Amino acid sequence: MNAFTALLIRDVKLAVRVGGGALMGALFFLIVVVMAPFAVGPDLKLLALIGPALMWLGALLASLLALDRLFATDHEDGSLDLIRTGDIPLELAVAAKAIAHWFTTCLPLVVIAPLLGLMLNVEPRALGWVTLTLLAGTPALTFIGLIGAALAVALRRGGLLLAVLVLPLTIPVLIFGVAAANAAIAGPAPFGPPFTILCALSLASSVLGPVAAAAALRHAME
Amino acid sequence: MAVIDIANPTRFLKLVNRLLPWLAAVTVLMFVYGLNGALHAPDDYQQGATVKIMFLHVPSAWLGMFAWGVMSVAALGTLVWRHPLADVAAKAAAPIGAAFTFLCLVTGSLWGRPMWGTYWVWDARLTSVLVLFLLYLGVLALYWTAEDPGRGARAAAILTLVGAVNIPIIKFSVDWWNTLHQPASVFRMGGSTIDPSILHPLFAMAIAFTLLFVTLHLAAMRNEILRRRVRAMRLMQAQGAVA
Repeated sequence: MNAFTALLIRDVKLAVRVGGGALMGALFFLIVVVMAPFAVGPDLKLLALIGPALMWLGALLASLLALDRLFATDHEDGSLDLIRTGDIPLELAVAAKAIAHWFTTCLPLVVIAPLLGLMLNVEPRALGWVTLTLLAGTPALTFIGLIGAALAVALRRGGLLLAVLVLPLTIPVLIFGVAAANAAIAGPAPFGPPFTILCALSLASSVLGPVAAAAALRHAME
Repeated sequence: MAVIDIANPTRFLKLVNRLLPWLAAVTVLMFVYGLNGALHAPDDYQQGATVKIMFLHVPSAWLGMFAWGVMSVAALGTLVWRHPLADVAAKAAAPIGAAFTFLCLVTGSLWGRPMWGTYWVWDARLTSVLVLFLLYLGVLALYWTAEDPGRGARAAAILTLVGAVNIPIIKFSVDWWNTLHQPASVFRMGGSTIDPSILHPLFAMAIAFTLLFVTLHLAAMRNEILRRRVRAMRLMQAQGAVA
């Protein structure tokens, strides 16, 4: 087993243990979506209109809040220094952590998304497509959030600062994710273009995110 | 004295102290000239005298983006070339650029109310400039929460380079998307579409704003260098008290 896989499995194991917070993201997603009808009222037509947007906002915030623990625990007990001086390039190590983070935090979000879509009166035939947009877009959220997490690792009280740094960079992902979801539901606009751009954003950020995050870690720890 | 000698903070401070009064004077003169030109520029046939908000709004927008460009070059100086004054330059430029961007958003909003009927619209140009403002706030937040100035400067440098992708998006947003904000009328293929009687005061105001940025930036760099010296002296004093 090579170092990349070992790091990935280690992070997944740590996240699913007690105190790892793996399913907290999904729980937060559920709560945010449940809060929405209390705020906007139970009118089903209105909920259907803003349903995809609420789901995407909930997914964004849920994946954002979990970014804190991406590097924090490793930084505190010194594992981050070991990883930095290890065999594999820091960019790959950071990418492994990001993939593990996606499996444990974002994949549960995608799994419960159809259920939450039902609660928001999203059309059942479109639920699959909306979930697909989340599946394609959450990697972008993870890799972009990686940059913020790396920038904030050396700073204490990094929690809200992380959100301030990451949210402006995730705006394109949000725009195209909701555009694709709305296209799948409402119809006349095609689903293809925004969805392919969403996939492109995920692929591009899977390269740029680890590079920027590794640079941030190197410079922050000097 | 070669140009590289300015990298020495003491020499830089000497240079700035000599230069700053003259720069300030030229800035004031340029503003007088530009504002005079703006006041005497003809009214627009459609907008009337309201068009004169443009003489504040457009230079503010240009300077807001220019400041991010200065910060990006300074970020490269910090990360790649390890220039001693690079992070001082970046930290000094951030609040000034944020102020210009905020001024751009406010003047634009006040201009939009009579012209478009709304203070705000979520079109590509306004949204991307708002994102630029949020990125400025993010960089400022990094400086405020970093305990060690050097570490905060390096983190801010990376965020600056990542956020630099927004600048071409702002510039071309009116071309790529259908926006309420008007398309490019100064820097465009085929030359400007603004009449010289309004274009010349606009350029004069732009030069005045740029001189203002340079003056404020150099003054802010001087303040930051002095602030770091005070911090170093306080640290030495604390260590001396212990010993």
